[in-house]
Amino acid sequence: MTSVETAPKSGRPPTRAEISDRERGERRLGLLLSAPAVVVMLLVTAYPLGSALYQSLFSYRLTAPDDRRFVGLGNYATALTDPLFWQTVVTTLIITVVTVGVELVIGFGLAVVMHRAVFGRRTVRTAILLPYGIVTVISAFAWKYAFDVQSGFVNSWFGLGDYAWFSDRWAALFVIVLSEIWKTTPFVSLLLLAGLAQVPRDLGEAATVDGATAWQRLKRVTIPNMKAAILVAVLFRTLDAWRIFDNVFIMTAGQEKTQVLSFLTYQQIITRTALGLGNAVGVLLFLSVVLIAAVFIKGFRVDLSQVRGDR
Amino acid sequence: MVGPVGRFARVTRAARVARAGPLRAGVALALLAGGLTACGGGGGIPTLNWYVNPDNGGQAKIAAACTKAAGGKYRIKTSLLPSDASGQREQLIRRLAAKDTGVDLMSLDPVFVAEAANAGFLRPFTASEAQPLTEGVFDSAVQSSTWEDKLYAAPFWANTQLLWYRKSVARKAGIDPNAPDFTWDKLIDAAVRTNTTIGVQGNRYEGYMVWINALIASAGGRIISDAEKGDEAAIEIDSPAGRQAAGIIGKLARSTAAGPTLSTDIEEQSRATINGPRGGFLLNWGYVWRAEKGDADAGAINKNIVSDLGWARYPRVNPQQESKPPFGGIEIGVSAYGEHRDGLAIEAVRCMTSPASMKQYMLDEGNVAARPAIFDDPDILKEFPMAPLMRDSIAAAAPRPATPYYADVSGAIQNRWHPPASVNPNTTPRESARFIREVLRDKALL
Repeated sequence: MTSVETAPKSGRPPTRAEISDRERGERRLGLLLSAPAVVVMLLVTAYPLGSALYQSLFSYRLTAPDDRRFVGLGNYATALTDPLFWQTVVTTLIITVVTVGVELVIGFGLAVVMHRAVFGRRTVRTAILLPYGIVTVISAFAWKYAFDVQSGFVNSWFGLGDYAWFSDRWAALFVIVLSEIWKTTPFVSLLLLAGLAQVPRDLGEAATVDGATAWQRLKRVTIPNMKAAILVAVLFRTLDAWRIFDNVFIMTAGQEKTQVLSFLTYQQIITRTALGLGNAVGVLLFLSVVLIAAVFIKGFRVDLSQVRGDR
Repeated sequence: MVGPVGRFARVTRAARVARAGPLRAGVALALLAGGLTACGGGGGIPTLNWYVNPDNGGQAKIAAACTKAAGGKYRIKTSLLPSDASGQREQLIRRLAAKDTGVDLMSLDPVFVAEAANAGFLRPFTASEAQPLTEGVFDSAVQSSTWEDKLYAAPFWANTQLLWYRKSVARKAGIDPNAPDFTWDKLIDAAVRTNTTIGVQGNRYEGYMVWINALIASAGGRIISDAEKGDEAAIEIDSPAGRQAAGIIGKLARSTAAGPTLSTDIEEQSRATINGPRGGFLLNWGYVWRAEKGDADAGAINKNIVSDLGWARYPRVNPQQESKPPFGGIEIGVSAYGEHRDGLAIEAVRCMTSPASMKQYMLDEGNVAARPAIFDDPDILKEFPMAPLMRDSIAAAAPRPATPYYADVSGAIQNRWHPPASVNPNTTPRESARFIREVLRDKALL
């Protein structure tokens, strides 16, 4: 959703005056060609965002349009001083950190398998990517029913009797996190596979000749050379995990303190039809997403063009 | 709006077949235009779109019957809403707030009538239109369909909960659930004594609110009053009745009478508990009878369970005070934005909620009619031996509060009273009263 362009620092010509006519024409053409996309972007993202910002300044119910009144930043104050908001932030943070961390490790392992697979390469890749092709809502239902006391098989497999997974905060979060990991690890491994493919083979061979162990090769050669791909994978997954909704909506509907930020927004806007308060929470969610993206791009210097393999 | 989409899919397929460019565009345009007009007209016969809650086809059958009875005057088409009451409300509110002309009639949960009426989404019935829709209908159903002295929805079916129990368990416990002074305390003690469970709806959803409201009403209290004041309504949940209700919920949820999944059980899960090895008692709606018989016929449960199944009125909170069973069901609302709101839609409602339709629906779906006279019908008595008890329960039932802010009130209570095992009579009612007020004033998130 965010398109970030970081100009290469070294590539800029030393003086601005030397732009040729042809170059200027090409630039104009470039602007013209991208204009329709920019206009569409403005229509579908800037307008709703502006509208959300505007509505967040009112106390406003969809079902009581006549009672609308201006409250300034009051909705933001309400949200930011509500313990529920911070409890939701913590829950979202836990889900994000755990899923991204685990997915990175498993995803790397799967990427290596896909990279190294000598025979049955297509089968291996298809098998690994399969969960990612399943609609999240459907996978959420599948996991919910698997852990359900009446219809599930998990309890009988592990001899847990009638343990109610969704009646406890941590057990419910465990299932939510597990299904999220199962579903999106293939995405991480796909990005990491692209990174692995970029690591020059001769570097590893040279290290082997110098007597490096497999662990040393991984730590000193492979990972540093695919740092960009790893950071892109972490950034994308962090943003996705931060906005998690479907799993929570289907499995617990936010009960037992499993509410996440997107669900909190949904509750206020859709269920309560409290458009003002809900949009304030939505704007806060948006700002947190921008913050995460900014930290990664500025702080870790993630170059998004790297993921495509062009330097 | 399934119609136009389907048409459009056909357009693209037709377009792909047509090779010539201009011809293709022409064909597409013509078909598309046809599709759009069909949305409003339906080839001459006006179409009424009825948004229904999912059932086993009973409402579609009534739609077909009324279409036939109309003799070409109108056609009723049904569209499915989500399966739970809150989801149904969310979709209807979104459509009505956008003034969707594709909604003519809708099946509404009684608790959302006030909200939709207050927002101007429903076309009220005039006094003369209301007369046949309310005559010979349960008071509780009429009351739930009325907002500021106007009838905004037509009672279609009424619902109530009974205490369903295994006769063998009651015998073993030495209790008579049909005794006039049978209370929740006796019920919980009996279940604990016999190591059986009491199935209730304890998930954080509307069904839990049904339980809380019935307990408070049975103890002689109310959750809110002066509902027409909107966000300034008087909140009365922090009362002796509220504390008694909290005491019962906490006692049950912390006892062995609570099933392991009590805090996530909805109607169907709680029904499954009475069929389980520890099954004893169940508080649930009238559909249970049909569902249990159906499961037994299908071989999903032991046939003996049905013959062992007893029923009694909703238990009391205080031995000397009659219980107020829950009230539910469906009312039919007419959209304020439909093209046929003043004529055909009203005629259709009259047909859909006629005594004959209600009886048919009760026989088809096991859902309870909103007219007491139907309960004396021999066909009904044969199919539903508990019909007289249902009739008396609905007549005595306490509807949930009618307020335009119902979703907030119910959501706030569910939030503070969940999980059931955490409910404490000394703190929960007070806490929830404060919280409802904050939520109503937009001072707290939900």
